[in-house]
Order: sequence, then C-alpha cells, then structure tokens
Amino acid sequence: MHEGDPSKAVLSCRGVHKYLGDETQQVHVLKGVDINLYRGNTYAIVGPSGCGKSTLLYTLGLLDRQDEGHINIDGIDVTKASDEERTQIRNEKIGFVFQFHFLLPEFTATENLIIPMWKRGNRKALTMERRAHMLLQSVGLGDKTHRLANRLSGGEQQRVAIARALANDPPIVLADEPTGNLDVRNSNIVFDLLYQLSKKNNQAVLIVTHNPDIARRCDFILKMRDGVFTTMDS
Amino acid sequence: MIMSLTGIVLGVALFILALSMTTGFEQLFIKTVLGANGAVRVQDKFQENLVSYQISQQETGNQFEFGRAAGRKYRPGVEHADKVIEGIMEFKNVIAASKVLRGGVEVSNNFKEEPGQLYGIEKDTHLLVSDLEEQIVFGSLLEFQRNPTGVMIGSVLADRMLLEPGESIIISEANEPYRFIVEAIYETGYREIDRERIFVDINQARTVFKRPHETSYVQVSLFDPEKADDDRFMMEAVVQHIVAPWQEREKVWLQFFKALRVISSASLLSIIIIAGLGMYSTLAIIVMEKTREISILRSMGYTRKDVTNIFIWQGFIVTLIGIGFGWLTGAFLTYTISRIPIRIRGIFSTDTFVVDWSFSHYLLAAVIAFFIVMTACILPARRASRLEPADVVRGTSG
Repeated sequence: MHEGDPSKAVLSCRGVHKYLGDETQQVHVLKGVDINLYRGNTYAIVGPSGCGKSTLLYTLGLLDRQDEGHINIDGIDVTKASDEERTQIRNEKIGFVFQFHFLLPEFTATENLIIPMWKRGNRKALTMERRAHMLLQSVGLGDKTHRLANRLSGGEQQRVAIARALANDPPIVLADEPTGNLDVRNSNIVFDLLYQLSKKNNQAVLIVTHNPDIARRCDFILKMRDGVFTTMDS
Repeated sequence: MIMSLTGIVLGVALFILALSMTTGFEQLFIKTVLGANGAVRVQDKFQENLVSYQISQQETGNQFEFGRAAGRKYRPGVEHADKVIEGIMEFKNVIAASKVLRGGVEVSNNFKEEPGQLYGIEKDTHLLVSDLEEQIVFGSLLEFQRNPTGVMIGSVLADRMLLEPGESIIISEANEPYRFIVEAIYETGYREIDRERIFVDINQARTVFKRPHETSYVQVSLFDPEKADDDRFMMEAVVQHIVAPWQEREKVWLQFFKALRVISSASLLSIIIIAGLGMYSTLAIIVMEKTREISILRSMGYTRKDVTNIFIWQGFIVTLIGIGFGWLTGAFLTYTISRIPIRIRGIFSTDTFVVDWSFSHYLLAAVIAFFIVMTACILPARRASRLEPADVVRGTSG
C-alpha cells in the first residue's frame, strides 16, 4: 500500500501477521499486511469493527509484537528488536494519540507534556518547559498550561494528548480513534490540529477512524477488511 | 496509603519505645548489680590436678613424660587475699579491689529477730568497688566509717525490725551475741540484698565469725564492666582463684531481660508487618487502578524498570515519611513515659519508668521497617512492570 520508494518510507512493514487469543481460541487478525508511510502525509485506516485496524496500529507502534513479517521504522529494522530497544524507539520515533486522552490527572497540562521529554533526556528542564508551552500554544491551550489535566474539558484533554504525542518531535504519529470520544466541533478541531501539525512538522500521521468525514480529509484512505488492506484512495 | 503510613509510624514508634524501656530497665538492673556486688568477684581458691603420662619411643628407646590437667580441687574462700589483690590490680581495666568476709547471723532488737548475712568490708576501699555511698537513705556514712561497732543495714531489714540510725542491734553467731549500733540504712533496690545484708568493718566480722584472717571473696570494680567476661580467664590464670564476672553471676536475670526484649520487639514487629501488608495491598490496588496510566507511560517510552521504580519510589517515600514520624512519635512517647511515676522495688529501685536513649534503637526500627515495607512494595511494582500496554489500550478502545 502507498507505492513509492520504500527506502524513503518513515515506517514500512512487509507481510505482517498477528494472531490474538490463546492457543485454543486463536484468531488470525492481521494476514500479511504491507504498508509504507511517508513524512508529511496523513493516512486514515478505515474498515469494519474487528478487521484489525487497531491491532495493526499497535503492532506498527511497537506496543504489540507481530508474529510474522518485517517492520522498519525510520531506517531501523525493529522486527526482532528487544523490549528495551522497542521502548526506546517508541520514545524517540512515535507519538500516540488514543481514543481516551490517557493524561495523568495528577499533573498539569505542561507536566503531562514534559513526562515523555524527561524520559528522552535530551533537553534541559527549562527547555522542556518552554517546548511544552509552545506545543500547548500550538493546540490553542496557551492559557491553560498550568491547569491540572482533570480540570480540562474533553476536547481540551484530547488536544493536550496531541501536544504530548508531539513532545519528542517524532517522525510518526499514530492515532487510534482520536475523535471517537468527541463531538463534531471538537472532532474537527482535533483532526485539523493533527493534519496541520503533520504538514508543519513533516510527520507521517496514521489515523484509525470510523468517521468517514475525518477519513475523507486525510491524504490517503487505507481500507481494511479481514486483516488485509483492500484498497487505497487518495 | 494513610493506613499504611499510620501503621509504619505506630510500628516504628512502639518498637523504639519497647526497646528503650526494656533496655532502660536492663541497664538499671546492671547498674544496681554492679553497684552492689561489683563487676568481678574473686572467690574460692582452686588447684589444678596434673596427671603424668610416660611415652616411650620404640625406635630410639627414649622415654619422656608430660602432664595433663585432670580436674580441679576447690577450697572455699580467698587465700593470701593481699597477694590476690596485688595480682588483680595489675590489670589495666581494674579500678579497685576490696576484701569481704561473709557469713550467716541472727539479728535481733527489742522487737524482732531476723536472719541476716553479715558482710565484713574494708570500709574505705569498699566504697571504690560499690555504690554503697550513693545508696544510703538514712544515717551517715561518716559515722559508719568512724564507729568500729557501727553497722549499715538494708532498708527492708530496717523496716521489718523498725530500726532507725542510732539504735542498737544484737548480732549473734553460734549463740554468741555482739552489740552494734545502726549508723546508716542503705537501699540498693534489690530486695534480696536490702533484706539480709548487714555491713560491718571486716575486723569486726572476723571477730564475730572467729576467723581472724579469712576473706570470703574479693570484690573488684572495672573501668569497662562490659569486659569483665573477657578479663576473667586471664585473672584466673594469674591469681589461681575462681573469678566470677557479673555477666555470669546474673545470667538468669540477663537472659530474662533479653527474652523480654525479644518478645516485646517481636510482638510490636507485627504492627510493622501489618503496615507492610497494608502497603502491599495499597500498591496492588493502585496498580489495578492505574493500568491505563502505566500503559500510557510504557507507550511514551518508559521501560518496565522505570515502571517498577515508580512504585518502589512511592513505597520508599511513604516508608521514609513513616520512619521520620515514627522516630518523632517514638521519642515523644519515650519522653512521656519516662515522666510517669511508678514505684518499683525488687531487683532495682526506681520511682519512674526507666528508659534508655540510644540511637541504635531508632536505627534498628528504621532498618526493620524499611526492609519489611520495601519488600512488600516489590511484588506490586513487578506486577505493574509486567503489564502489556497493548492489552490495556485495546481493552479501552471503542
């Protein structure tokens, strides 16, 4: 899917298979998925529930391990990477946005953004704080930087989650139903942010969504059925 | 978490209190014993019996003999007491040594007749091997020292015979009466001693017992009484007399105090253990409640070790706070209890609870609490680190 020079893809996978469940009730979820994602593009994966969209997203995001196939992230073959290596790549190369914001409620918006930066450890405390403020500014929350995460509205929390996904300036952003929990107005705000920031920061954004409007506004739509991509529209 | 913290604070505080009280009473008992009977007592002459063996070598036809100890013979009392004292005083740890002649007598006055133990002492040097001077509650040490027929009797005996300083008593041995004047009444707090010991000049005692040159034992005081047990063998080898250190003489009571300390510490340890269990269940619940947060941290690049460390840190901080407040509460309780009046007589004398202020108690309580609570944190922390983020996030997707 998405033909081009695979060596220039920021994320590529070949023949990825994934089984879920235990040995007695094993389900073949991904059945040989191939994909190339390039910087500066937004991709939507659509398909019926249970077709393997989220499983593919977590597998590509190294939250889950494929049973077969190869995955390459930003030039690094992560097919057989250890748990520690996969964790480090997640920190440096991938930003996640989930359906639920998963912010840490005891921390402020700024602190929630500092947490991934602190783990990466390549910035000083003051720089991290400045960058957190800049990112919050870019998602329209410049006036709520010191507000506790649980004191923000649902739309605001998801915008903080997007800013957090961009904290370490990753080349890849993976979003699982990022607007699934929001009303139409907030859905549009969140998607516009993801789209604009991906263009601005030259990032590849992969969005799993059930929302056809959101999918249509992406650069590419990848249709999935029974664990494989069927078509790609642009 | 508050319950766990409270448990640690209480456990540490009560543990410190128990240790300070049991150690305090033990120290007072040891001080009483040292003050009454000295650190070391040199008593009973012994003589090694040697048996000779003859060995012959077959090749050379040579014969030789060697001696081997085959038991000891004991003779009651100290022989050549002045030479024994001279030998004992050679030891660097020895402060002073004083002769004592002891024997059973009958004591009587107009009211009553009581059995007693007459202790003939060297009035000046005995003060260097005992706390007799501090133990006087009525009368005068000076009068006791001046008057050759003056006696000093224990407070319990004085009460039983309604005796006061200045009154006379009859001391009889083998139905032969001798009149003495009570010049002072002492109280060691050790009831057995206060009930039977009557101190007189050693020469008077020798007259009463008709043993003009005899010494029952030599009482010795040491700069470091803790080393009495170590010094004994060397002293025995030098003076050829049995040397009884206070640790051996009071073994039963010392074992009792040790058992008391262990039992009270062990029972209070259960509070810390319960606090540890509380910490375990609290962290286990937190892990269950925070699976999403743990997963998001993992997705952001936090390693399993990082997740473990978060929970270990949480336990560590709670433990540190618990120990800190436990120390403060323990110190406060120890101080408060030391002000509570309580009259105890029996094996020592005190009018308040006796406590021992030692940092080692605080350190021990902290080490035990730290070990137990941190051990309790490990399991939930490891469970948290084993969470697979994809499983949790997948479970929350719509």
